[in-house]
Amino acid sequence: MMSDMRTPLSRVRGHGSAKTGTEKFWLQRLTAIANVPLVIFALASVVALVGADYATVQAYLSMPVVSILFLLLILSGVYHMRIGMSEIIEDYVNGEGMKLLSIIGNNFFAAVVGLACIYAVLKLGLSG
Amino acid sequence: MAETSVKAPVRARPLSPHMGIYRPMLTMVMSIVHRITGGALYFGTLLLAWWLVAAATGPEAYGVFMDVATSWFGRLVLFGYTWALIHHLLGGLRHFVWDMGKGFELGAVEWMARLTLAGSIILTLVVWGLAYAMAGGL
Repeated sequence: MMSDMRTPLSRVRGHGSAKTGTEKFWLQRLTAIANVPLVIFALASVVALVGADYATVQAYLSMPVVSILFLLLILSGVYHMRIGMSEIIEDYVNGEGMKLLSIIGNNFFAAVVGLACIYAVLKLGLSG
Repeated sequence: MAETSVKAPVRARPLSPHMGIYRPMLTMVMSIVHRITGGALYFGTLLLAWWLVAAATGPEAYGVFMDVATSWFGRLVLFGYTWALIHHLLGGLRHFVWDMGKGFELGAVEWMARLTLAGSIILTLVVWGLAYAMAGGL
């Protein structure tokens, strides 16, 4: 494009119409890597707690190591699912109004689920 | 700045070949299933939140959760959740291989897809076998 007076670098810095670069891609992979061991841990925890009574579950979930691992899973998982859903919305929701509502809903959902889980884990851990 | 008052004749525009003309292949099914399981897991986090909030609330709230979770419908949902989780996790491992710039050969793509599908089913059954063993049988 000869008519474009901008240098290649300045065009790259513009990051295209989305105004962001590869952060989403990188964060999606980073959280995916973290999720692998954390999900295996959570799955093993749930299986180990099958048939357990309330006191056992409460005692298990109030162990500091367990709390920390669940908090990491929630943080990493919520970031991961929020990015994933935003990609689905960007791909399939075409109307501007619906797209805006979906993106707002996605952020609210992630915030509510994330905060609810974090609060519950902290309450179990700190009161146990 | 000529005013364009002449309307273009309305007729069907030619379309490039889209998904509909292709025979479904394992790799493309696995691709969309990865996205679908991701979407399912998104809403599945509500179950994780319910479990944790119920446990933090007290024995009664936890009892309500357990009644629902251990009902036949609850088990069906949790079984699907387990499979979606494992399928998405294994699919993610496949994406890590591609991110390294490897595994793009037709043969590799095909056996990785088969391994992901078989692995997700086998591991889901293993997890539920262990869960039922923990519960002391069916």
